[in-house]
Amino acid sequence: MSLVSKPAPGSWTEHATLDTDLVAFEDSISPEHYELEREAIFRRTWLNVGRVEQLPRVGSYYTKELDVLRTSILVVRDRTNEVHVFHNMCRHRGNKLVWQEHPGDEVSGACRQFVCKYHGWRYGLEGSLDFVQQESEFFDLDKSKFGLVPIRCEVWAGFIFVNFDPEEPIPLRQYLGSFADRLDDYPFHELTAVYRYRADIHANWKLYIDAFAEFYHAPVLHAGQYEDDEARMLQGIGYEGLHYEIEGPHGMQSSWGGMAPPKDPMMVKPIERILRSGNFGPWDRPDIKGLSSPPEGLNPARHPAWGTDSFVLFPNFMILIWAPGWYITYHYWPTAYNRHTFIGACYFVPPMNARERMRQELAAVTFKEFALQDCNTLEATQTMLESRAAAEFPICDQELMIRHLHRTATEYVDAQRKGRKPPHASASGRLSMLGAR
Amino acid sequence: MANPLPPGFEALEPYLDWALASEPERYAKRLASTMEELQSLYDAGMPLLEDIMAYLEKLPLDDLPEDATHLLHIGYSLINVAFPIEAWKQPQVPDSGASTFDCIEAPKV
Repeated sequence: MSLVSKPAPGSWTEHATLDTDLVAFEDSISPEHYELEREAIFRRTWLNVGRVEQLPRVGSYYTKELDVLRTSILVVRDRTNEVHVFHNMCRHRGNKLVWQEHPGDEVSGACRQFVCKYHGWRYGLEGSLDFVQQESEFFDLDKSKFGLVPIRCEVWAGFIFVNFDPEEPIPLRQYLGSFADRLDDYPFHELTAVYRYRADIHANWKLYIDAFAEFYHAPVLHAGQYEDDEARMLQGIGYEGLHYEIEGPHGMQSSWGGMAPPKDPMMVKPIERILRSGNFGPWDRPDIKGLSSPPEGLNPARHPAWGTDSFVLFPNFMILIWAPGWYITYHYWPTAYNRHTFIGACYFVPPMNARERMRQELAAVTFKEFALQDCNTLEATQTMLESRAAAEFPICDQELMIRHLHRTATEYVDAQRKGRKPPHASASGRLSMLGAR
Repeated sequence: MANPLPPGFEALEPYLDWALASEPERYAKRLASTMEELQSLYDAGMPLLEDIMAYLEKLPLDDLPEDATHLLHIGYSLINVAFPIEAWKQPQVPDSGASTFDCIEAPKV
């Protein structure tokens, strides 16, 4: 029996005007398809590359390796507090500009200017070429033409996005659509205590998004995290999302999460009872506007047992807002058709004391325990999909974001193949998509 | 020499090797330990967990004395080993095989 009523015509999938056919995962096991995705998706969409808190002061910078676009980028806060993103390359002979010890390792720091290790060329925080070693040896060198190569960059809610599209892309805000409106009032800037994790995952980038875009698996795969009676009960009930929504290439689901605090403390493990924290975060909400109770845009079903809203922002970025006043981000950076670097981060309000800090520690540790279960499952999925023993798979209504993600990714690649603009890359493209519904 | 732990927490002195500042160190020690070793820390620490928090929360988190810092780090280790004891019945996350999930950033304290 359903606990949550579904919209007309009776399923979330059909309500979102998605088909209900079997789904093929060829897009996750084909090296050729991956090569097309690099250009069709990653060079044509807004990519989140971090948050403004990673650049705490003038001159703060960090580098990021983007294997999928075969580049390294340099993200920097300039003297007017504006964020710039550049290709991390010296304009003299193409040396990687900012790195230490190992050229492939990401670095961060603060400086007044960037100095190339090779011949000492210097660049300002705004990317200008300011100094050339033995400038008179060069032939009519116009320094103003050899600044760092900029990458289009926009900031929304403190999240720094880049877009490598050589053509004028749809503005970021428009690209994110109504999902940006919903999150506008969330106090992201208050949650600056960060726990960040990295994993090298032997699976296609979309397959790990799939794992986090549905909670149908949770009562089964993660049963061992609960006390036995609770695990049996959860598996018996199964999982039903409170609300699903598709917005252009993006998707969101709203979910229950009634265990923070639990109705009965004996449902949870002893460490959780003593600390008053766990899988769903610390039980006591921070007394901050937007955290003590959720902003208007969240919990669209207005459900009393609301636990989390999770947003899949195409192509490779997820935000999960948790009811008890913290949030998570996921990034999936492809490195091959069957491999990607996963970055997951938990964000909390800086703790006032050790008790709050230990509660956050438990939430972060629990996040890692769950994620480790998820990532091994994935490697097994990748290898079995590659066996091609079966080509098409049934995807249930609680998994519609998976259906939508693979459909969307394939649409981008098909557009590229046919020499057409990607489906959501321009304002007109998005409008026509909306008009089609 | 000053006491390594604040007064009242002498029972945790045999576990000072768990006073590790970073998650990668704590996690690595957990994986390298037997269940008996994890159980021993758990049994010694859990009855004191509420006292640990009650003692530490009165001190400024960003300026903890050395003995309190040791206590906090043992508290973090206790949190880390609670999963093997309470859920997994083994040091490693079940079915996690050769997967790794490295903590690359965490608050300073």
